[in-house]
Amino acid sequence: MKRPGLVKPILLSGYSVLIIVPLFVALLTSFKQLRNVYDGALALPEQLDFSNFSLLLFEKSLSHYLVNSIIVTAASVFFALWFASMIAYGITRIRNKLGNLLFAAFMLGMIVPAQTLMVPLYSLMLKLQLTNSLLGLILVHIAVLLPICVFILTGFMKTLPGELFEAARVDGASEWNMYWRITLPLSFPSLAITAIFSMVIVWNDLLFSLLFITNEEKKTLPLALLQFQGEYLTNYPILFAGVLITSLPLIILYVFLQRFFISGALSGALKG
Amino acid sequence: MKYSKSIYLFFLPGLLLFAFFFLLPLAQTVYYSFTTWDGYTGNPPFVGIKNYVQLITNDSIFQQSLGNNGKFMLTVVILQTLFSLILALYLLKNNKISIFFRALFFFPTILSSVAVAFLWSFIYDPSLGLLNQVLNAVHLDFLAANWIGDPKRAIFSLAFVQVWAHIGQMIVLFVAGMQAIPAELYESAAIEGGSKWDIFRKITWPLLAPTTTIVVAYTTIQSFKAFDLIFAMTRGGPNYSTEILSTFIYHAAFENYQFGYASAASVLFMILIAILTFIQFKLLRSSSISY
Repeated sequence: MKRPGLVKPILLSGYSVLIIVPLFVALLTSFKQLRNVYDGALALPEQLDFSNFSLLLFEKSLSHYLVNSIIVTAASVFFALWFASMIAYGITRIRNKLGNLLFAAFMLGMIVPAQTLMVPLYSLMLKLQLTNSLLGLILVHIAVLLPICVFILTGFMKTLPGELFEAARVDGASEWNMYWRITLPLSFPSLAITAIFSMVIVWNDLLFSLLFITNEEKKTLPLALLQFQGEYLTNYPILFAGVLITSLPLIILYVFLQRFFISGALSGALKG
Repeated sequence: MKYSKSIYLFFLPGLLLFAFFFLLPLAQTVYYSFTTWDGYTGNPPFVGIKNYVQLITNDSIFQQSLGNNGKFMLTVVILQTLFSLILALYLLKNNKISIFFRALFFFPTILSSVAVAFLWSFIYDPSLGLLNQVLNAVHLDFLAANWIGDPKRAIFSLAFVQVWAHIGQMIVLFVAGMQAIPAELYESAAIEGGSKWDIFRKITWPLLAPTTTIVVAYTTIQSFKAFDLIFAMTRGGPNYSTEILSTFIYHAAFENYQFGYASAASVLFMILIAILTFIQFKLLRSSSISY
């Protein structure tokens, strides 16, 4: 007879506690007033108090930063996916030395972290007068996203049967038509996965906003959040209300599209 | 396969952006690293390898950052690989319970590093924080500490947060790797009466080697990229005890205006990552098994 193991339930519930408790504490604290923070991290708030949220959304224009983050994320992901899917299509089609060289150039981008490029990127943006501009932020994000997107999408498109293109060519389809009408629709699952994977990266990025944005009007959420920390120091109720507002869009998506998030993280590391 | 020349147009927009905002800056970093550029004046004076010599032989903060990178990376790689492997072993089946736990453990990876940094700054807070409150409540007061304010333990406290935030992805990788191992191998081992440990040691572990290498390689690069988390939590302090290469570069360039010097540090940073990646690729090649 197999005895029921105790290790598994202890391990899984133990680690769940480690995940849930910090999140729960943050949620709890965001409804407190500053003075109640001293009651203990797990103490319940006296009453459900939404004043931290309204302060951030209406007086501290967090809603404005929310809009900035949405614009930057949507544009960066859209164009990164579009350009990367064209490149991946091109690489899949030509399969010669040049194709390999181009693929290798983009793979270089996966190895070199963007953190090592902050100095020249900053001066480049300054020269182009693209600091304090959402457009500048978007352009850099597209460039930095391209390698990982090309990597995932090429991995997928190489699995499409070559006869498909041969047949289309015989029927006189142009490259554009083969890309637009055959490859893209067939690649939909991997496009969705790549989109979500990229979205998490751009939405959460701090570095580029920190480097390029100083103007209040153009800040994105992570940068705004970081600067609230300077303003409110250890006013955790306000900081956590900010964390909650900032994370909510991705949390909602995660609840519904969990599987896409997870396969994205998988193909980001594995495909090749 | 035949293709028309118009295919080259497909590379154009992406390649232009990539060349301009990635490859060009990459080349510029190398060029600036041989100068004493301050970020503003044109025609920066060329000083050869002076920046590199200064960094390697004479800059104790750079050396400390390098050491911190090493400590951070090793702690994260060991903890993250070990715990994700163990947790994955218990989440192998595709039933509702496993899927739920995988989704829960994956959840922190979708939070921004700034959000994670705030969460854990609060947990670690010496007096307000939950960690010390719990330790005091269970009469382990002697373990209570100033987790990120104490230079001796700050980098390790941060490494733990990094693992908390990213382990979910590694669990998913290990689960995928283990599910790819043919079930017949387990069945025949079970018939021969091998213990669970035997099965793990003789079947799972060797066949999982490629996945393990990918997890280690990915974690290594990811922990090198941990700029956002560390910047938001400690900004490299206290007393440079959590300064890593990326925060070092940021401080050198944007607080001290030593753009040339920061570029030299960037180049050394890239070389290090290239070496680590190369070693891991070699290991991956030598460890790949077909079945």
